Amino acid sequence: MIAHAETVPSGRNPLVKFILRWLLTTNHKEIGTLYLSLSFLLFFIGGAMALTFRAELAQPGLQLMGADFYNQMVTLHGLVMVFGAVMPAFVGLANWMIPLQIGASDMALPRLNNFSFWIMPFAFGLLLSSLFMPGGAPNFGWTFYAPLSTTYGPPSTDFMILGIHMMGISSILGAINIIVTIFNLRAPGMTLMKMPMFVWTWLITAFLLIMAMPVLAGVVTMMLTDRHFGTSFFEASGGGDPLIFQHVFWFFGHPEVYIMILPGFGIASEIIPVFARKRIFGYTSMVWATGSIAILSFVVWGHHMFATGMPLATELWFMYATMVIAIPTGVKVFNWVATMWGGSMTFETPMLFALGFVVMFTIGGLSGLMLAIAPVDFQYHDTFFVVAHIHYVLYPGAIFATMAAVYYWIPKWTGNMYDERLGKIHFWTAVIALNLTFFPMHFVGLAGMPRRIADYALPFTGLNTFATAGAFLLGLTQLLFLYIVIKTVRGGPKATDQVWEGAKGLEWTVPSPAPLHTFEVPPKVD
Amino acid sequence: MKDKYNPKIKQAAILGVVPIVMFGFAFGLVPLYEVFCELTGFGGGRFEQTVMVSDAPNVPIISEAIDREVNIQFLADVGRGLPWEFRPTETQIRVKVGEVSETTYYARNFSNHSVTGQAVPSVTPAYGAASLQKVECFCFTEQRLEAGEEIEMPVLFYVDADLPDDVGTLTLSYSMFPIQVDEMSHEMANMEHL
Repeated sequence: MIAHAETVPSGRNPLVKFILRWLLTTNHKEIGTLYLSLSFLLFFIGGAMALTFRAELAQPGLQLMGADFYNQMVTLHGLVMVFGAVMPAFVGLANWMIPLQIGASDMALPRLNNFSFWIMPFAFGLLLSSLFMPGGAPNFGWTFYAPLSTTYGPPSTDFMILGIHMMGISSILGAINIIVTIFNLRAPGMTLMKMPMFVWTWLITAFLLIMAMPVLAGVVTMMLTDRHFGTSFFEASGGGDPLIFQHVFWFFGHPEVYIMILPGFGIASEIIPVFARKRIFGYTSMVWATGSIAILSFVVWGHHMFATGMPLATELWFMYATMVIAIPTGVKVFNWVATMWGGSMTFETPMLFALGFVVMFTIGGLSGLMLAIAPVDFQYHDTFFVVAHIHYVLYPGAIFATMAAVYYWIPKWTGNMYDERLGKIHFWTAVIALNLTFFPMHFVGLAGMPRRIADYALPFTGLNTFATAGAFLLGLTQLLFLYIVIKTVRGGPKATDQVWEGAKGLEWTVPSPAPLHTFEVPPKVD
Repeated sequence: MKDKYNPKIKQAAILGVVPIVMFGFAFGLVPLYEVFCELTGFGGGRFEQTVMVSDAPNVPIISEAIDREVNIQFLADVGRGLPWEFRPTETQIRVKVGEVSETTYYARNFSNHSVTGQAVPSVTPAYGAASLQKVECFCFTEQRLEAGEEIEMPVLFYVDADLPDDVGTLTLSYSMFPIQVDEMSHEMANMEHL
């Protein structure tokens, strides 16, 4: 840490020094820490919003809030979790680990890296400030469909639009930085096909980001001009069509869901071989599967729109194209299982989270296949079944993968081992709470409970009360996670350099904790 | 530093072109969508009907008397800010394929000033939309109603014999939008004071 002091003028008071150090840092590890901290903070903010509307859903009728505030909570929960919790968490992990894993001394464009991060707090400041504005925060769901968000959106919608523009710029710059780093700074001898899977999945994710995020920027720009500058992209009376919104949004939106899961695939592919003490099964097929998922993600957006009255041929195309994605995803699940087959497995917390990821992500994947079937989607569309599906792919997918990564790498980051007993308690309570929360949503969804509505029919009461209880338990377990992380940062048993018995890879060759500057001389990979 | 340019910066700049192109592509999706609609009839054949406006009087009426009947359903929506009552006079009729039929829509201006509206038609299912041919339609022109005036507006149409076999019902929907919104919203604002 001392080595970095040169960027900050000496002779200032300690607080100014502290602020300037974090504000001006260009070090990939410090920026990684900043991203992870911001993501952790927003994870709790988004979670608190989820608990707010879950509390309302505990009983039918309106007890705690009006429908409008409920809608605002649902909208901000989605936006904060997608853009604020999941994406920055993965970018943070990428910042920390990609240079360490490829033997680079830092990211390729360190100052751009600093800029990408510091846009984020301001973007979310804008988004969250809308809560305190006259007319309230955006209230039309995280997909902000026109005309709800254009003709009928509250004035604060413009702050959301600007916030999304800023996050988009941050993500695009971050992604460009990651691609340039991976292409230019690999240690001598590390060919592309020798890269760790986490680096591979992030490389592909970064390409998805630079192709998908500008489309999101485009659609919010159209919203802005429709709202204020008299254009009619989504306004039927002016010759536009609200359906164009859905097409453009989901053209971004489907790659986006893979942006939120591919790094998770990479993390599982790092952790499972280590704790099974075997090489990963089918490395090459893992790379190709990730690439095919990424390419396919651009041609399946219509499966979000089956109920909009598409022509039959279009529905068939989107249905089959979506189902084809199950093949590369199946290859990945098969490879994870085959990696474990015959291995000497141990079940430390990172492995538990990785296994939880594989099992429950598969459940989410299967409900995704059900939703992909166009004729039955008419029943599932806009019900809680969809909510159950997205939360099964994102919670055990993106969130569990991130937690697995934190437990796996935190000894390298801090030099201390986390508390294994508390880690296991965290995992098991989280698994139980997660299933209590989201599994009942399948049933109420199939029975016809619509999503995004504050009230519901009496027969759904039991399962909803159940889900709310689960949600509060789930929120509580994440406080335990916060405690474990803080405890590990502050102290604990010293970690060895290799940390895990079966761990291979460049990141385990540097000391624990990883010094601020590593691989000043590139390592040799054979 | 001996080399003047940095390959990393160059590569980042090249990658930077991708987002710019994709940002433009997002806007390109709008005209692409219209082309797509024209090719498939998606969106309810709006585009065929745009052509019909000029061709309407010249369309030959093909009356191959084939023995097939279909249901035609009628819907109406009033656009935001239009002080009209607007509805079909009959909600469903059964017609012979190839025969010209007539129905009417009722409109009444319940405001105290004259208002002009323009109806935009839409037909579902999309793949049968092209077969519903309108011979005469109030949607071909703007409709101006004086304060309190009511009117019955005719639609003459036939279903072409090329209607796909599995289509048993066609739904014809009109959305009536106000024209000269600014002037009207101003007058609407005045109305609220009365």
